[in-house]
Amino acid sequence: MIAALERLRPVRRTRTTHARRRESLTALGMATPAVVLLIVFLVVPVALAFALAFTDARLISPTPARFVGLRNFTLLFQDPVFYKSLRNTAYFAAVVVPLQAGLALVLALLVNAKVRGVNFFRTVYFLPVVTSMVVVSLLWTFLYRQDGLVNHVISGLTLGHVHGPDWLGDPATAMPAIILMSVWQGVGFHMIIWLAGLQTIPAELYEAADLDGAARWHRFLHVTWPGLRATRTFVLVTITIAAFSLFTQIRVMTQGGPLDSTTTVVYQAVHTGYDQQQTAYAAAISLAFFVLVLSVSLVQRFLTREKD
Amino acid sequence: MTSFLKHLGGHAGRIVLTLVFALPLVFMLVSSFKPDDEIFSDLGSLRAFLPVGALSLDNYTAVFQRVPAARFLLNSVLISSITVVLGIIVNSLAAFALSRMRWPGRKLVLTAIIATLIVPFETFALPLVWWVNQLPLLRINGFHLEWTTGWLDTYQVQIVPFVANAFSIFFFHQYFQSIPKELDEAAVMEGAGWFTIYRRIVMPLSGPAVATVAILTFLPAWNSYLWPLMVVQSENLRPVMVGISYFFQLNVGWGQIMAYSSMITVPILALFVAFQRSFVNSIASTGVKG
Repeated sequence: MIAALERLRPVRRTRTTHARRRESLTALGMATPAVVLLIVFLVVPVALAFALAFTDARLISPTPARFVGLRNFTLLFQDPVFYKSLRNTAYFAAVVVPLQAGLALVLALLVNAKVRGVNFFRTVYFLPVVTSMVVVSLLWTFLYRQDGLVNHVISGLTLGHVHGPDWLGDPATAMPAIILMSVWQGVGFHMIIWLAGLQTIPAELYEAADLDGAARWHRFLHVTWPGLRATRTFVLVTITIAAFSLFTQIRVMTQGGPLDSTTTVVYQAVHTGYDQQQTAYAAAISLAFFVLVLSVSLVQRFLTREKD
Repeated sequence: MTSFLKHLGGHAGRIVLTLVFALPLVFMLVSSFKPDDEIFSDLGSLRAFLPVGALSLDNYTAVFQRVPAARFLLNSVLISSITVVLGIIVNSLAAFALSRMRWPGRKLVLTAIIATLIVPFETFALPLVWWVNQLPLLRINGFHLEWTTGWLDTYQVQIVPFVANAFSIFFFHQYFQSIPKELDEAAVMEGAGWFTIYRRIVMPLSGPAVATVAILTFLPAWNSYLWPLMVVQSENLRPVMVGISYFFQLNVGWGQIMAYSSMITVPILALFVAFQRSFVNSIASTGVKG
């Protein structure tokens, strides 16, 4: 009997190893299309951003690209427009991140209440998110005209005392106008993320706070805010990356003007890389942008890390 | 009484915000039916948001006369839907292999895929343009098939780079893990292969995940602007968003801009409102738990 089992065992083992091997091969076959596509269209171009930045590659060129060392970077760091782009990008992010995150939290608290019609409000606040940024930019270009709707509303609310500026035509107001519109478009998305975080906070915590007679503000400070720690990191990082990537609004509404007051890093990269076909120089800008985004999100992760 | 007042205060806030978010879009739709002079003369009053006055479809017919808008719409429908279908297949297969099968290196592959999520598209969009211009291409030239180089100005350059998506893989992975593994074991006992398990057991149980990935792939594909702007020159390959930015540069009337905008926005908004409950809830339930 035992001898018979002994004789069986090697046969069974080969069968399981055979099955394992088949499982591995099938799994590889299933994962390959996605992995290959991600390598070809994500990993390779990211690596190329590094490589091309040190060459003189152009999009359409009869001569192959040559290695030119740091030339693109020396040019970049002498380029006054690049510094303006950096400053404008930082300005946009510094205002949009707290404004949009805060407003999104207020919206989430408003639509987290158990009242009638709350689904309706959630849907309406989300509508601009579904609308394309190109359409939003065109629509607001009209609203922001000197004789546009925004200024009509302003003079209506102030009974004709204030006459608004030509929002996009004035270097002082162009960026604030774009900031306001961008928050209008994007805030609904982060409302949903906050809402998800709010719904993970156990109801018992609120009940306990109510028993202690905590005021609304205290309830927020001691139950809601600590309960949103993970969500907070996620919201901050995603808004920051999106803010740094500011492009479409600029392209459609101002083309970087007036007087470079709205040019951004991504806008400048696309402008030189696509409009002027300077692929290598654009790759250098992309690389600078990559380092910027990566370091800012690492710093954010470090500052908001779990402290336990 | 106080709680009634509290609710009233909250509701007033919600209603004011509703106006802020909805009125610009209402204005867009309403203006698309008005002649230009009326759009401007209505700006000072509430008429700006009401479908009153000389309403007509003139702006819409003008759009179709000025540019091949029907072609742009068809292009976008084609590009978005092919990207969605291929994306669902490719990403769910990868997620299935990563979440339900055992093979060496799967954890490493999953980590690497999730790590790519932090790289914004804008950082490598320009090198990608140069790169797709070097890729080989099989082209039909009359009755011959010939190999050339360069994917610029094709349909595929607007589709293939966006099929594999790290977020979709991650999303499917999370969902597949919630389906009991015992189902697979039972099926293996019955002699089913892994592909059968994927196709007959796991995918049919993943309707909500498929719907969410479909919407989250469709929206950026439909709304995409930066990429087609850079890689498409021919008018007959142009998608709607690039189409509208060129249309805008033709110095057309605002009524026509609003008509084109409404045409490419309102159907998507309607679709979203129809599916919003499952869509909003599913983003909410996956957004942060990673």
